[in-house]
Amino acid sequence: MHTSDFRPLDVQAIREDFPIFAETPPLAFLDSAASTQTPRPVVEAMDAYYDTYRSNIHRGIYRISEEATDQYEKARQKVARLINAPRTDEIIFTRNTTEAINLVAYSWGSVNIQQGDEIVLTDLEHHSNLVPWQMLAQRTGASLRYLEITDQGLLDFTQLQDVFTEKTKLVAITHVSNVLGTINPIQSVVDAAHAAGAKVIVDAAQSVPHFHVDVQQLDCDFLAFSGHKMCGPTGVGVLYGKMELLEEMPPFLGGGSMIRSVERDISTYADVPAKFEAGTPSIAEAIGLGAAVDYITQAGLASMHVHEQELTKYAHERLQEIEGITIYGPAPHQKAGVISFNIEGIHPHDVAGILDTHNVAIRAGHHCAQPLMKKLDVIATARASFYLYNTHEDIDRLYDGLQKAQTLMTRRTK
Amino acid sequence: MNIYQEELLDHYENPSNYGTLPNPDISHEEDNPLCGDRIRMDLLVEDDIIKEVRFCGHGCTISLAAASMLTEKIEGKTLTEVKNLSRDDIMDMIGIPLGPVRVKCALLALKVLKAGAYGIKGWPGEENE
Repeated sequence: MHTSDFRPLDVQAIREDFPIFAETPPLAFLDSAASTQTPRPVVEAMDAYYDTYRSNIHRGIYRISEEATDQYEKARQKVARLINAPRTDEIIFTRNTTEAINLVAYSWGSVNIQQGDEIVLTDLEHHSNLVPWQMLAQRTGASLRYLEITDQGLLDFTQLQDVFTEKTKLVAITHVSNVLGTINPIQSVVDAAHAAGAKVIVDAAQSVPHFHVDVQQLDCDFLAFSGHKMCGPTGVGVLYGKMELLEEMPPFLGGGSMIRSVERDISTYADVPAKFEAGTPSIAEAIGLGAAVDYITQAGLASMHVHEQELTKYAHERLQEIEGITIYGPAPHQKAGVISFNIEGIHPHDVAGILDTHNVAIRAGHHCAQPLMKKLDVIATARASFYLYNTHEDIDRLYDGLQKAQTLMTRRTK
Repeated sequence: MNIYQEELLDHYENPSNYGTLPNPDISHEEDNPLCGDRIRMDLLVEDDIIKEVRFCGHGCTISLAAASMLTEKIEGKTLTEVKNLSRDDIMDMIGIPLGPVRVKCALLALKVLKAGAYGIKGWPGEENE
Protein backbone atom coordinates (compact mmCIF):
# COMPACT_ATOMS: atom_id res chain seq x y z
CA MET A 1 0.00 0.00 0.00
CA HIS A 2 2.90 2.37 0.62
CA THR A 3 5.45 3.40 -1.95
CA SER A 4 7.94 0.97 -0.46
CA ASP A 5 5.67 -1.84 -1.76
CA PHE A 6 6.01 -0.54 -5.30
CA ARG A 7 6.18 -3.07 -8.09
CA PRO A 8 4.96 -2.60 -11.66
CA LEU A 9 1.39 -3.69 -12.25
CA ASP A 10 0.94 -6.92 -14.24
CA VAL A 11 -1.97 -5.54 -16.25
CA GLN A 12 -2.37 -8.60 -18.49
CA ALA A 13 -2.70 -10.89 -15.45
CA ILE A 14 -5.17 -8.46 -13.88
CA ARG A 15 -7.30 -8.37 -17.04
CA GLU A 16 -7.68 -12.14 -16.92
CA ASP A 17 -9.59 -11.71 -13.65
CA PHE A 18 -12.24 -9.68 -15.50
CA PRO A 19 -14.39 -11.85 -17.84
CA ILE A 20 -15.79 -8.74 -19.55
CA PHE A 21 -12.39 -8.20 -21.23
CA ALA A 22 -12.29 -11.72 -22.69
CA GLU A 23 -14.13 -10.80 -25.93
CA THR A 24 -12.23 -9.90 -29.11
CA PRO A 25 -11.69 -7.08 -29.73
CA PRO A 26 -11.93 -6.32 -26.05
CA LEU A 27 -14.14 -3.62 -24.64
CA ALA A 28 -12.11 -0.45 -24.08
CA PHE A 29 -13.80 0.47 -20.82
CA LEU A 30 -12.94 4.07 -19.96
CA ASP A 31 -15.70 4.88 -17.50
CA SER A 32 -14.41 3.55 -14.18
CA ALA A 33 -14.97 6.92 -12.50
CA ALA A 34 -18.67 6.12 -12.82
CA SER A 35 -18.43 2.44 -11.85
CA THR A 36 -15.66 -0.11 -12.21
CA GLN A 37 -15.71 -3.66 -13.55
CA THR A 38 -15.79 -6.57 -11.12
CA PRO A 39 -12.99 -9.16 -10.86
CA ARG A 40 -13.80 -12.86 -10.34
CA PRO A 41 -12.55 -13.03 -6.71
CA VAL A 42 -15.15 -10.41 -5.71
CA VAL A 43 -18.00 -12.27 -7.44
CA GLU A 44 -16.75 -15.57 -5.98
CA ALA A 45 -16.74 -14.14 -2.44
CA MET A 46 -20.38 -13.12 -2.86
CA ASP A 47 -21.27 -16.46 -4.48
CA ALA A 48 -19.73 -18.28 -1.50
CA TYR A 49 -22.05 -16.36 0.81
CA TYR A 50 -25.12 -17.14 -1.30
CA ASP A 51 -24.16 -20.77 -1.96
CA THR A 52 -22.81 -21.87 1.40
CA TYR A 53 -23.69 -19.60 4.33
CA ARG A 54 -26.57 -17.35 3.25
CA SER A 55 -28.32 -16.10 6.41
CA ASN A 56 -29.00 -12.91 8.29
CA ILE A 57 -26.28 -11.49 10.53
CA HIS A 58 -25.98 -10.54 14.21
CA ARG A 59 -28.95 -12.55 15.47
CA GLY A 60 -28.88 -16.15 14.35
CA ILE A 61 -27.86 -18.76 16.93
CA TYR A 62 -26.64 -21.19 14.33
CA ARG A 63 -23.46 -21.87 12.48
CA ILE A 64 -24.02 -20.23 9.09
CA SER A 65 -25.39 -17.05 10.67
CA GLU A 66 -22.28 -16.84 12.80
CA GLU A 67 -20.20 -17.35 9.66
CA ALA A 68 -22.10 -14.57 7.85
CA THR A 69 -21.63 -12.21 10.82
CA ASP A 70 -17.96 -13.07 10.95
CA GLN A 71 -17.43 -12.38 7.23
CA TYR A 72 -19.44 -9.12 7.38
CA GLU A 73 -17.35 -7.89 10.32
CA LYS A 74 -14.12 -9.03 8.65
CA ALA A 75 -15.04 -6.81 5.70
CA ARG A 76 -15.34 -3.92 8.16
CA GLN A 77 -11.83 -4.68 9.47
CA LYS A 78 -10.44 -4.76 5.92
CA VAL A 79 -11.99 -1.38 5.13
CA ALA A 80 -10.66 0.08 8.41
CA ARG A 81 -7.14 -1.12 7.57
CA LEU A 82 -7.40 0.19 4.01
CA ILE A 83 -7.94 3.79 5.15
CA ASN A 84 -5.96 3.38 8.40
CA ALA A 85 -8.93 4.13 10.65
CA PRO A 86 -7.84 4.02 14.31
CA ARG A 87 -10.81 1.82 15.21
CA THR A 88 -12.79 -0.74 13.21
CA ASP A 89 -16.06 0.49 14.75
CA GLU A 90 -15.52 3.88 13.11
CA ILE A 91 -16.48 2.20 9.81
CA ILE A 92 -20.21 2.37 9.00
CA PHE A 93 -21.57 0.47 6.02
CA THR A 94 -24.03 2.48 3.92
CA ARG A 95 -25.56 2.00 0.49
CA ASN A 96 -23.05 4.31 -1.25
CA THR A 97 -21.18 7.62 -0.89
CA THR A 98 -24.40 9.59 -1.30
CA GLU A 99 -26.08 7.80 1.60
CA ALA A 100 -22.98 8.22 3.78
CA ILE A 101 -22.99 11.98 3.18
CA ASN A 102 -26.74 12.19 3.79
CA LEU A 103 -26.24 10.32 7.05
CA VAL A 104 -23.88 13.06 8.24
CA ALA A 105 -26.11 15.85 6.87
CA TYR A 106 -29.19 14.53 8.69
CA SER A 107 -27.64 13.18 11.87
CA TRP A 108 -24.64 15.42 12.62
CA GLY A 109 -26.26 18.34 10.79
CA SER A 110 -29.47 18.21 12.83
CA VAL A 111 -27.66 18.93 16.10
CA ASN A 112 -24.67 20.95 14.91
CA ILE A 113 -25.95 23.30 12.20
CA GLN A 114 -28.15 26.25 13.07
CA GLN A 115 -29.49 29.38 11.45
CA GLY A 116 -26.67 31.72 10.47
CA ASP A 117 -24.03 28.96 10.34
CA GLU A 118 -21.99 28.54 7.19
CA ILE A 119 -21.11 25.38 5.28
CA VAL A 120 -18.16 25.66 2.90
CA LEU A 121 -18.19 23.65 -0.34
CA THR A 122 -16.03 23.86 -3.45
CA ASP A 123 -16.69 24.41 -7.16
CA LEU A 124 -15.63 20.81 -7.73
CA GLU A 125 -18.38 19.02 -5.80
CA HIS A 126 -20.44 16.20 -7.26
CA HIS A 127 -24.17 16.63 -6.61
CA SER A 128 -23.83 13.98 -3.89
CA ASN A 129 -21.68 16.35 -1.80
CA LEU A 130 -23.71 19.43 -2.67
CA VAL A 131 -27.45 18.70 -2.65
CA PRO A 132 -27.48 17.17 0.90
CA TRP A 133 -25.89 20.42 2.18
CA GLN A 134 -28.35 22.59 0.23
CA MET A 135 -31.16 20.60 1.84
CA LEU A 136 -29.57 20.97 5.30
CA ALA A 137 -29.16 24.72 4.74
CA GLN A 138 -32.82 24.97 3.73
CA ARG A 139 -33.93 23.06 6.83
CA THR A 140 -31.82 25.08 9.25
CA GLY A 141 -31.37 28.54 7.74
CA ALA A 142 -27.63 28.00 7.35
CA SER A 143 -25.91 29.28 4.23
CA LEU A 144 -23.46 27.81 1.73
CA ARG A 145 -20.16 29.34 0.66
CA TYR A 146 -17.89 28.13 -2.09
CA LEU A 147 -14.16 27.81 -2.44
CA GLU A 148 -13.61 28.56 -6.11
CA ILE A 149 -11.20 27.07 -8.61
CA THR A 150 -8.56 28.76 -10.71
CA ASP A 151 -8.49 28.62 -14.52
CA GLN A 152 -6.26 25.57 -14.16
CA GLY A 153 -8.99 23.76 -12.21
CA LEU A 154 -7.13 23.89 -8.89
CA LEU A 155 -8.64 25.22 -5.67
CA ASP A 156 -7.83 28.89 -5.19
CA PHE A 157 -6.24 28.99 -1.76
CA THR A 158 -5.86 32.76 -1.79
CA GLN A 159 -9.58 32.92 -0.88
CA LEU A 160 -9.28 30.66 2.13
CA GLN A 161 -9.10 33.48 4.66
CA ASP A 162 -12.20 35.14 3.18
CA VAL A 163 -14.29 32.00 2.90
CA PHE A 164 -13.61 30.61 6.37
CA THR A 165 -15.24 32.75 9.07
CA GLU A 166 -16.22 32.27 12.70
CA LYS A 167 -19.59 31.11 11.31
CA THR A 168 -18.04 28.21 9.38
CA LYS A 169 -19.18 24.95 10.96
CA LEU A 170 -18.44 22.44 8.24
CA VAL A 171 -16.31 22.04 5.13
CA ALA A 172 -17.56 19.48 2.60
CA ILE A 173 -14.90 18.81 0.00
CA THR A 174 -14.13 16.22 -2.62
CA HIS A 175 -10.72 14.56 -2.47
CA VAL A 176 -10.57 14.09 -6.25
CA SER A 177 -12.85 15.84 -8.77
CA ASN A 178 -14.86 13.34 -10.80
CA VAL A 179 -14.84 15.77 -13.73
CA LEU A 180 -11.40 17.41 -13.78
CA GLY A 181 -9.41 14.83 -11.83
CA THR A 182 -8.05 17.59 -9.58
CA ILE A 183 -6.49 16.13 -6.41
CA ASN A 184 -7.31 18.51 -3.57
CA PRO A 185 -4.77 19.08 -0.75
CA ILE A 186 -7.11 17.80 1.94
CA GLN A 187 -4.59 18.11 4.77
CA SER A 188 -4.19 21.87 4.24
CA VAL A 189 -7.96 22.35 4.08
CA VAL A 190 -8.44 20.29 7.25
CA ASP A 191 -5.79 22.32 9.09
CA ALA A 192 -7.40 25.61 8.07
CA ALA A 193 -10.91 24.33 8.86
CA HIS A 194 -9.92 23.00 12.27
CA ALA A 195 -8.17 26.29 13.05
CA ALA A 196 -11.49 28.01 12.29
CA GLY A 197 -13.31 25.53 14.54
CA ALA A 198 -15.06 23.69 11.67
CA LYS A 199 -15.40 19.98 10.93
CA VAL A 200 -14.48 18.46 7.56
CA ILE A 201 -16.22 15.76 5.54
CA VAL A 202 -14.29 14.36 2.57
CA ASP A 203 -15.98 12.84 -0.48
CA ALA A 204 -13.40 10.15 -1.20
CA ALA A 205 -15.38 8.31 -3.90
CA GLN A 206 -12.65 9.05 -6.48
CA SER A 207 -9.62 8.76 -4.20
CA VAL A 208 -9.87 5.66 -1.98
CA PRO A 209 -10.20 3.38 -5.06
CA HIS A 210 -7.05 4.82 -6.65
CA PHE A 211 -4.38 5.65 -4.09
CA HIS A 212 -3.58 5.19 -0.45
CA VAL A 213 -5.80 7.36 1.73
CA ASP A 214 -4.94 7.59 5.43
CA VAL A 215 -7.67 9.18 7.56
CA GLN A 216 -5.29 9.71 10.49
CA GLN A 217 -2.85 11.57 8.28
CA LEU A 218 -5.62 13.67 6.70
CA ASP A 219 -7.19 14.19 10.15
CA CYS A 220 -10.59 14.62 8.48
CA ASP A 221 -13.68 14.21 10.67
CA PHE A 222 -15.74 12.20 8.17
CA LEU A 223 -14.87 10.44 4.93
CA ALA A 224 -17.21 8.69 2.49
CA PHE A 225 -16.72 6.35 -0.47
CA SER A 226 -18.48 3.68 -2.56
CA GLY A 227 -17.72 0.00 -3.14
CA HIS A 228 -18.72 0.00 -6.80
CA LYS A 229 -15.96 2.41 -7.82
CA MET A 230 -13.23 0.13 -6.41
CA CYS A 231 -13.92 -3.28 -7.97
CA GLY A 232 -16.68 -3.98 -5.45
CA PRO A 233 -20.41 -4.49 -6.04
CA THR A 234 -23.07 -1.79 -6.14
CA GLY A 235 -25.18 -1.32 -3.02
CA VAL A 236 -22.46 -0.87 -0.43
CA GLY A 237 -20.59 2.24 0.62
CA VAL A 238 -18.64 3.43 3.62
CA LEU A 239 -18.78 6.26 6.09
CA TYR A 240 -15.75 6.76 8.32
CA GLY A 241 -16.20 9.14 11.25
CA LYS A 242 -14.19 10.02 14.33
CA MET A 243 -15.63 8.04 17.23
CA GLU A 244 -16.13 11.04 19.52
CA LEU A 245 -18.37 12.59 16.84
CA LEU A 246 -20.23 9.39 15.94
CA GLU A 247 -21.01 8.71 19.61
CA GLU A 248 -22.63 12.11 20.05
CA MET A 249 -24.69 11.91 16.87
CA PRO A 250 -28.37 10.86 16.90
CA PRO A 251 -29.35 7.86 14.74
CA PHE A 252 -30.12 8.42 11.05
CA LEU A 253 -32.61 5.66 10.20
CA GLY A 254 -34.59 3.87 12.91
CA GLY A 255 -35.40 0.17 12.92
CA GLY A 256 -33.99 -3.23 13.69
CA SER A 257 -30.33 -3.75 14.63
CA MET A 258 -29.77 -0.13 15.68
CA ILE A 259 -31.42 -0.49 19.11
CA ARG A 260 -30.40 -1.73 22.52
CA SER A 261 -33.93 -1.95 23.90
CA VAL A 262 -37.35 -0.85 22.69
CA GLU A 263 -40.34 0.07 24.80
CA ARG A 264 -43.69 1.39 23.61
CA ASP A 265 -42.73 5.04 23.75
CA ILE A 266 -38.97 5.11 23.84
CA SER A 267 -35.90 3.18 22.72
CA THR A 268 -32.25 3.18 23.64
CA TYR A 269 -29.80 2.84 20.83
CA ALA A 270 -27.01 0.45 20.07
CA ASP A 271 -23.37 1.50 20.06
CA VAL A 272 -21.61 2.76 16.93
CA PRO A 273 -21.53 1.42 14.22
CA ALA A 274 -24.77 -0.58 14.76
CA LYS A 275 -26.56 2.68 15.72
CA PHE A 276 -26.18 3.76 12.08
CA GLU A 277 -26.90 0.43 10.39
CA ALA A 278 -30.68 0.03 10.75
CA GLY A 279 -32.27 -2.97 9.08
CA THR A 280 -30.66 -5.89 7.32
CA PRO A 281 -27.65 -4.44 5.51
CA SER A 282 -26.22 -5.40 2.12
CA ILE A 283 -24.47 -8.47 3.52
CA ALA A 284 -23.23 -10.07 0.30
CA GLU A 285 -22.15 -6.67 -0.98
CA ALA A 286 -20.19 -5.85 2.18
CA ILE A 287 -18.44 -9.22 1.88
CA GLY A 288 -17.80 -8.43 -1.80
CA LEU A 289 -16.35 -5.07 -0.80
CA GLY A 290 -14.02 -6.86 1.63
CA ALA A 291 -12.84 -9.02 -1.28
CA ALA A 292 -12.41 -5.91 -3.43
CA VAL A 293 -10.23 -4.34 -0.73
CA ASP A 294 -8.11 -7.51 -0.77
CA TYR A 295 -7.95 -7.37 -4.56
CA ILE A 296 -6.72 -3.78 -4.90
CA THR A 297 -4.42 -4.16 -1.90
CA GLN A 298 -2.80 -7.20 -3.51
CA ALA A 299 -2.45 -5.37 -6.82
CA GLY A 300 -0.88 -2.55 -4.81
CA LEU A 301 -2.42 0.90 -4.56
CA ALA A 302 0.95 2.57 -5.14
CA SER A 303 1.46 0.50 -8.29
CA MET A 304 -2.08 1.27 -9.44
CA HIS A 305 -1.52 4.97 -8.92
CA VAL A 306 1.70 4.94 -10.96
CA HIS A 307 -0.03 2.96 -13.73
CA GLU A 308 -2.99 5.35 -13.85
CA GLN A 309 -0.71 8.40 -13.86
CA GLU A 310 1.22 6.93 -16.77
CA LEU A 311 -2.02 6.30 -18.69
CA THR A 312 -3.23 9.81 -17.93
CA LYS A 313 0.00 11.33 -19.19
CA TYR A 314 -0.13 9.19 -22.34
CA ALA A 315 -3.80 10.06 -22.95
CA HIS A 316 -3.05 13.77 -22.60
CA GLU A 317 -0.26 13.46 -25.17
CA ARG A 318 -2.38 11.57 -27.67
CA LEU A 319 -5.58 13.58 -27.25
CA GLN A 320 -3.73 16.88 -27.63
CA GLU A 321 -2.96 15.81 -31.21
CA ILE A 322 -6.66 16.06 -32.05
CA GLU A 323 -7.66 19.25 -33.79
CA GLY A 324 -10.15 21.42 -31.94
CA ILE A 325 -9.92 19.52 -28.65
CA THR A 326 -10.21 21.26 -25.30
CA ILE A 327 -9.03 19.31 -22.25
CA TYR A 328 -10.38 20.70 -18.99
CA GLY A 329 -8.59 20.80 -15.68
CA PRO A 330 -5.04 20.62 -14.40
CA ALA A 331 -1.90 19.16 -15.99
CA PRO A 332 -1.53 15.34 -15.83
CA HIS A 333 0.87 15.37 -12.86
CA GLN A 334 -1.61 17.36 -10.77
CA LYS A 335 -4.56 15.07 -11.23
CA ALA A 336 -5.99 11.57 -11.06
CA GLY A 337 -6.89 9.34 -14.02
CA VAL A 338 -9.77 11.41 -15.38
CA ILE A 339 -9.82 13.42 -18.61
CA SER A 340 -12.76 15.66 -19.48
CA PHE A 341 -12.73 17.14 -22.95
CA ASN A 342 -14.75 18.55 -25.80
CA ILE A 343 -14.06 18.56 -29.52
CA GLU A 344 -15.13 21.70 -31.30
CA GLY A 345 -18.31 21.23 -33.29
CA ILE A 346 -19.17 17.78 -31.93
CA HIS A 347 -21.67 17.33 -29.12
CA PRO A 348 -20.24 15.11 -26.34
CA HIS A 349 -23.21 12.74 -26.73
CA ASP A 350 -22.16 12.21 -30.33
CA VAL A 351 -18.54 11.69 -29.29
CA ALA A 352 -19.65 8.96 -26.86
CA GLY A 353 -22.17 7.54 -29.33
CA ILE A 354 -19.62 7.19 -32.12
CA LEU A 355 -16.99 5.73 -29.76
CA ASP A 356 -19.59 3.17 -28.65
CA THR A 357 -19.85 1.93 -32.23
CA HIS A 358 -16.11 1.15 -31.93
CA ASN A 359 -16.55 -0.66 -28.59
CA VAL A 360 -15.02 2.20 -26.60
CA ALA A 361 -17.04 3.20 -23.51
CA ILE A 362 -16.70 6.73 -22.19
CA ARG A 363 -19.12 9.03 -20.39
CA ALA A 364 -20.77 12.16 -21.76
CA GLY A 365 -22.92 14.63 -19.89
CA HIS A 366 -22.78 16.89 -16.87
CA HIS A 367 -21.26 14.17 -14.63
CA CYS A 368 -23.56 15.15 -11.73
CA ALA A 369 -21.65 18.42 -11.43
CA GLN A 370 -23.88 21.05 -13.04
CA PRO A 371 -22.43 24.05 -11.14
CA LEU A 372 -18.96 23.04 -12.36
CA MET A 373 -20.25 22.75 -15.96
CA LYS A 374 -21.57 26.29 -15.62
CA LYS A 375 -18.22 27.46 -14.30
CA LEU A 376 -16.43 25.83 -17.26
CA ASP A 377 -19.06 27.45 -19.49
CA VAL A 378 -20.03 24.17 -21.14
CA ILE A 379 -23.30 22.25 -21.27
CA ALA A 380 -21.57 18.90 -21.02
CA THR A 381 -18.21 17.22 -21.55
CA ALA A 382 -16.95 13.86 -22.71
CA ARG A 383 -14.96 12.05 -20.03
CA ALA A 384 -12.53 9.16 -20.14
CA SER A 385 -11.31 7.65 -16.86
CA PHE A 386 -8.76 4.96 -16.12
CA TYR A 387 -8.29 2.09 -13.69
CA LEU A 388 -5.87 -0.72 -13.02
CA TYR A 389 -7.12 -2.85 -15.94
CA ASN A 390 -6.74 -0.18 -18.63
CA THR A 391 -3.95 -0.31 -21.21
CA HIS A 392 -2.20 1.97 -23.66
CA GLU A 393 -4.16 0.14 -26.38
CA ASP A 394 -7.42 1.35 -24.79
CA ILE A 395 -6.18 4.91 -25.18
CA ASP A 396 -5.03 4.28 -28.76
CA ARG A 397 -8.53 3.03 -29.55
CA LEU A 398 -9.99 6.13 -27.89
CA TYR A 399 -7.74 8.26 -30.09
CA ASP A 400 -8.67 6.33 -33.26
CA GLY A 401 -12.37 6.57 -32.38
CA LEU A 402 -12.09 10.31 -31.86
CA GLN A 403 -10.38 10.71 -35.23
CA LYS A 404 -13.21 8.77 -36.85
CA ALA A 405 -15.79 10.90 -35.03
CA GLN A 406 -14.14 14.00 -36.34
CA THR A 407 -14.03 12.73 -39.90
CA LEU A 408 -17.68 11.71 -39.71
CA MET A 409 -19.00 14.87 -38.13
CA THR A 410 -17.00 17.44 -40.09
CA ARG A 411 -17.34 15.95 -43.57
CA ARG A 412 -18.44 19.23 -45.05
CA THR A 413 -18.15 22.74 -43.77
CA LYS A 414 -21.54 24.03 -42.75
CA MET B 1 -27.21 -0.49 -37.37
CA ASN B 2 -24.98 2.51 -36.91
CA ILE B 3 -26.88 5.55 -35.69
CA TYR B 4 -24.41 7.82 -37.46
CA GLN B 5 -25.73 7.18 -40.92
CA GLU B 6 -26.00 9.47 -43.87
CA GLU B 7 -29.60 10.66 -43.59
CA LEU B 8 -29.31 11.70 -39.95
CA LEU B 9 -26.01 13.44 -40.54
CA ASP B 10 -27.49 15.33 -43.49
CA HIS B 11 -30.29 16.65 -41.31
CA TYR B 12 -27.77 17.54 -38.60
CA GLU B 13 -25.48 19.40 -40.97
CA ASN B 14 -28.14 21.00 -43.15
CA PRO B 15 -31.26 21.14 -41.01
CA SER B 16 -34.60 21.97 -42.58
CA ASN B 17 -36.58 24.90 -41.22
CA TYR B 18 -33.82 26.09 -38.93
CA GLY B 19 -34.39 29.50 -37.38
CA THR B 20 -37.20 31.49 -35.77
CA LEU B 21 -40.44 33.12 -36.95
CA PRO B 22 -41.06 36.87 -36.39
CA ASN B 23 -44.66 36.58 -35.14
CA PRO B 24 -45.33 32.95 -34.27
CA ASP B 25 -48.74 31.82 -33.02
CA ILE B 26 -47.02 29.24 -30.89
CA SER B 27 -43.47 29.46 -29.59
CA HIS B 28 -42.06 27.13 -27.00
CA GLU B 29 -38.69 25.85 -25.85
CA GLU B 30 -37.55 23.18 -23.44
CA ASP B 31 -34.44 21.29 -22.56
CA ASN B 32 -33.52 17.72 -21.86
CA PRO B 33 -32.36 17.80 -18.23
CA LEU B 34 -30.23 14.71 -18.84
CA CYS B 35 -27.83 16.42 -21.20
CA GLY B 36 -28.80 20.10 -21.44
CA ASP B 37 -29.89 19.93 -25.08
CA ARG B 38 -32.34 22.74 -25.82
CA ILE B 39 -34.85 23.16 -28.65
CA ARG B 40 -37.26 25.94 -29.53
CA MET B 41 -40.17 25.53 -31.94
CA ASP B 42 -42.05 28.40 -33.60
CA LEU B 43 -45.35 27.76 -35.43
CA LEU B 44 -47.67 29.79 -37.63
CA VAL B 45 -51.14 28.26 -37.47
CA GLU B 46 -54.14 29.05 -39.68
CA ASP B 47 -57.45 27.23 -39.21
CA ASP B 48 -55.74 24.59 -37.13
CA ILE B 49 -53.25 23.93 -39.95
CA ILE B 50 -49.52 24.45 -39.47
CA LYS B 51 -48.56 26.93 -42.18
CA GLU B 52 -44.97 27.45 -41.19
CA VAL B 53 -42.57 26.00 -38.67
CA ARG B 54 -39.03 26.81 -37.54
CA PHE B 55 -36.83 25.28 -34.91
CA CYS B 56 -33.57 26.30 -33.31
CA GLY B 57 -31.41 25.22 -30.41
CA HIS B 58 -28.38 23.18 -29.57
CA GLY B 59 -27.93 19.49 -29.12
CA CYS B 60 -26.50 16.26 -30.41
CA THR B 61 -26.98 14.78 -33.87
CA ILE B 62 -30.02 12.79 -32.83
CA SER B 63 -31.93 15.64 -31.18
CA LEU B 64 -31.25 18.15 -33.95
CA ALA B 65 -31.79 15.70 -36.82
CA ALA B 66 -35.06 14.54 -35.23
CA ALA B 67 -36.19 18.16 -34.89
CA SER B 68 -35.34 18.85 -38.53
CA MET B 69 -37.20 15.74 -39.73
CA LEU B 70 -40.17 16.56 -37.51
CA THR B 71 -40.56 20.06 -38.97
CA GLU B 72 -40.72 18.54 -42.47
CA LYS B 73 -43.31 16.05 -41.27
CA ILE B 74 -45.71 18.52 -39.62
CA GLU B 75 -45.79 21.37 -42.12
CA GLY B 76 -49.30 21.43 -43.58
CA LYS B 77 -50.64 19.04 -40.96
CA THR B 78 -53.33 19.93 -38.42
CA LEU B 79 -52.59 20.46 -34.74
CA THR B 80 -54.79 17.45 -34.01
CA GLU B 81 -52.51 15.33 -36.17
CA VAL B 82 -49.55 16.68 -34.21
CA LYS B 83 -51.25 15.78 -30.93
CA ASN B 84 -51.62 12.22 -32.16
CA LEU B 85 -47.95 11.83 -33.06
CA SER B 86 -46.46 9.18 -30.80
CA ARG B 87 -43.10 7.97 -29.67
CA ASP B 88 -43.36 5.20 -32.28
CA ASP B 89 -43.96 7.73 -35.07
CA ILE B 90 -40.69 9.44 -34.17
CA MET B 91 -38.84 6.14 -33.97
CA ASP B 92 -40.22 5.19 -37.42
CA MET B 93 -39.13 8.59 -38.74
CA ILE B 94 -35.58 8.11 -37.38
CA GLY B 95 -35.59 4.61 -38.81
CA ILE B 96 -32.87 3.10 -36.64
CA PRO B 97 -32.95 1.57 -33.17
CA LEU B 98 -31.85 3.80 -30.30
CA GLY B 99 -30.91 3.07 -26.70
CA PRO B 100 -33.05 4.51 -23.89
CA VAL B 101 -30.85 7.58 -23.32
CA ARG B 102 -30.74 8.54 -26.99
CA VAL B 103 -34.50 7.96 -27.34
CA LYS B 104 -34.95 11.06 -25.15
CA CYS B 105 -32.73 13.00 -27.56
CA ALA B 106 -34.94 11.87 -30.45
CA LEU B 107 -38.15 12.79 -28.61
CA LEU B 108 -37.09 16.25 -27.43
CA ALA B 109 -38.50 18.09 -30.47
CA LEU B 110 -41.87 16.34 -30.21
CA LYS B 111 -41.95 17.08 -26.49
CA VAL B 112 -41.39 20.79 -27.20
CA LEU B 113 -44.05 20.75 -29.91
CA LYS B 114 -46.69 19.09 -27.72
CA ALA B 115 -45.89 21.27 -24.73
CA GLY B 116 -46.17 24.39 -26.90
CA ALA B 117 -49.39 23.36 -28.65
CA TYR B 118 -51.18 21.57 -25.83
CA GLY B 119 -49.26 22.11 -22.60
CA ILE B 120 -48.53 18.38 -22.47
CA LYS B 121 -45.50 18.17 -20.21
CA GLY B 122 -44.39 14.53 -20.16
CA TRP B 123 -42.09 12.77 -22.57
CA PRO B 124 -44.06 11.43 -25.55
CA GLY B 125 -45.01 7.87 -24.74
CA GLU B 126 -44.97 8.56 -21.00
CA GLU B 127 -47.56 11.34 -20.78
CA ASN B 128 -50.95 10.93 -19.15
CA GLU B 129 -53.30 12.31 -21.73
